[in-house]
Amino acid sequence: MSARALRKAGWNTVGVALALVMVFPVYWMVSTAFKPDDQINSLTPTWFSSSPTIRHFHDAIHTPFFWTDVKNSLIIVLVTVAIAMTAAFLAAVALAKYRFGGRGIIILLIIGIQMLPGAGLIIPLFVVLARYHQVDKLSGVILTYLTFALPFCVWTLRGFILGIPKELEEAAMVDGSTRLGAFVRILLPLVAPGLVATSVFAFITSWNEYIFARIILSDQGKQTLTLWLSYFLGGSRHQDWGALMAGSTLTAIPVVVFFLLIQRRIMFGLTAGAVKG
Amino acid sequence: MAVAAETTTKWSRRRRLTFGRVWRAAVPYLLVLPVIALMTAILGYPIYSLGRLSLEHYTLFELIRHHGQYIGLHNFGLVLHDQVFWHTLFRTIVFTVANVGLTIVLGTLVALLLIRVSTWVQIILTSCLVLVWAMPQVVAVQVWYWMTNFQNGVVNYILTELHIGNFFQHDWYATTFSQLALVTALIVWAGIPFIAISVYAALTQVPSDLVEAAEIDGARAWRVFFDVTLPIIKPVLLIVTSLSILWDFGVFTQPYLLIGQAHIHPGNYLMGIYLFEEGYLKADYGRGAAISILMLVIVAAMSVVYVRRMIKIGAEG
Repeated sequence: MSARALRKAGWNTVGVALALVMVFPVYWMVSTAFKPDDQINSLTPTWFSSSPTIRHFHDAIHTPFFWTDVKNSLIIVLVTVAIAMTAAFLAAVALAKYRFGGRGIIILLIIGIQMLPGAGLIIPLFVVLARYHQVDKLSGVILTYLTFALPFCVWTLRGFILGIPKELEEAAMVDGSTRLGAFVRILLPLVAPGLVATSVFAFITSWNEYIFARIILSDQGKQTLTLWLSYFLGGSRHQDWGALMAGSTLTAIPVVVFFLLIQRRIMFGLTAGAVKG
Repeated sequence: MAVAAETTTKWSRRRRLTFGRVWRAAVPYLLVLPVIALMTAILGYPIYSLGRLSLEHYTLFELIRHHGQYIGLHNFGLVLHDQVFWHTLFRTIVFTVANVGLTIVLGTLVALLLIRVSTWVQIILTSCLVLVWAMPQVVAVQVWYWMTNFQNGVVNYILTELHIGNFFQHDWYATTFSQLALVTALIVWAGIPFIAISVYAALTQVPSDLVEAAEIDGARAWRVFFDVTLPIIKPVLLIVTSLSILWDFGVFTQPYLLIGQAHIHPGNYLMGIYLFEEGYLKADYGRGAAISILMLVIVAAMSVVYVRRMIKIGAEG
């Protein structure tokens, strides 16, 4: 028993040490963002700052284009999610609740498209968008984001819809509801958490996206927040690490908060889809 | 009169029935229509253009005229006779093997640790993993760049303090090897949470009495792992390994931003960067399309292996 307890304590120590190592970069980002400049630029790092400052956040949000890029990011992400969720929900219902010719091919395509590396598509997407004058426009970015948001949303929503017991829906229909009535009153409330989780996940991936935004948006006034952050240091010799970390923290906060809220549910959606395929 | 009325009702009933049947059969197609239409326009059409572009001389001039010049397989010839392509391919394969191997092995080890620790450690460790998982790529790159900068990066300080060597003002961005090693460290760090949490979920499915029975029978820990645990978590491992291969082979954001555009050169290209630099930045879209197609073919070949193995496992199970 004692040996067993000792072993447990050993594993616990390793676990806590590992947690500290993994989370260190995140801690270092946030703590640097709050540190005064002399502590940041010193050769000996300060592990815990006793004199935190919010000056770097002030600097970061007052850099040119910060608020423009926040606005651009929000527009792109919200429009992408709205279009993707509406179209994907209809398709997910069809794939989960109906048997029809071509269903297998559609499922195969949806899985296949998600395996395409984004980098492999930048050239044709750029050329096609240029042909239709969508370069340097938010609408062009929204269109490219739909290429990955749509298949993902269809697949995940299908998983959530499959997770609902068929008996519930059938019971409602026996009670005299029409299929649409059963759908609205039974299916929709049950699938609502899945809808929220999928939207949030699509929100996160679009918010974080870099390469498509990089090739489509070169006009400084039309960029997204990830581009703003990637250009933050620019070519300047004197590097403002404090402001960079404040900017990084600000970019990460919405994503981290949302992600923590939905992580479990998304794992469930993905596995439900995988198991019941 | 009566006959006529009867025929009309019969007719309309049959028509109503047929209409209803057609309507019911059409519903799923109408539901998938928006997605199919959108995907055809935003992905189908570009993929068709990709094929066309690869056979054309298409640079900035042609981009403005919206019209390429057909040159057959010339672009493919250019790429396949380019030493840079083969070196990049080789480098990317080595990079992918290293990244996927490290992510999977370390991720699985973390998962195995997760089932051995007490609940409170489990909560702490999982929270930290999810926090890392949630970090946007571009943010993670900036943080790593700050931690590894040669002047006063905290990584150099820690390594020196731990007496691993003298890393005072060590420049991690000096050689191609250490640049890519740094990118690997970043990708592995960011990739571990997804693997660890997925494998942990699978590990909780392993019946503990099975493991205990094997242990009572005197089996060594690694035998228990390979004979009892591994077969059960194998499907999950296969899925996450395949996904990691696809992600790491086509990786762009982390190496491009961490190494920094100014320090990117043909000697440290990875496939995604090669494509971006040669096709997009040099505005040689025809050749870029040929590179894209070669890259997509390689990725598709890897996916086929994955899909076939998945089907095989399905048949066995």
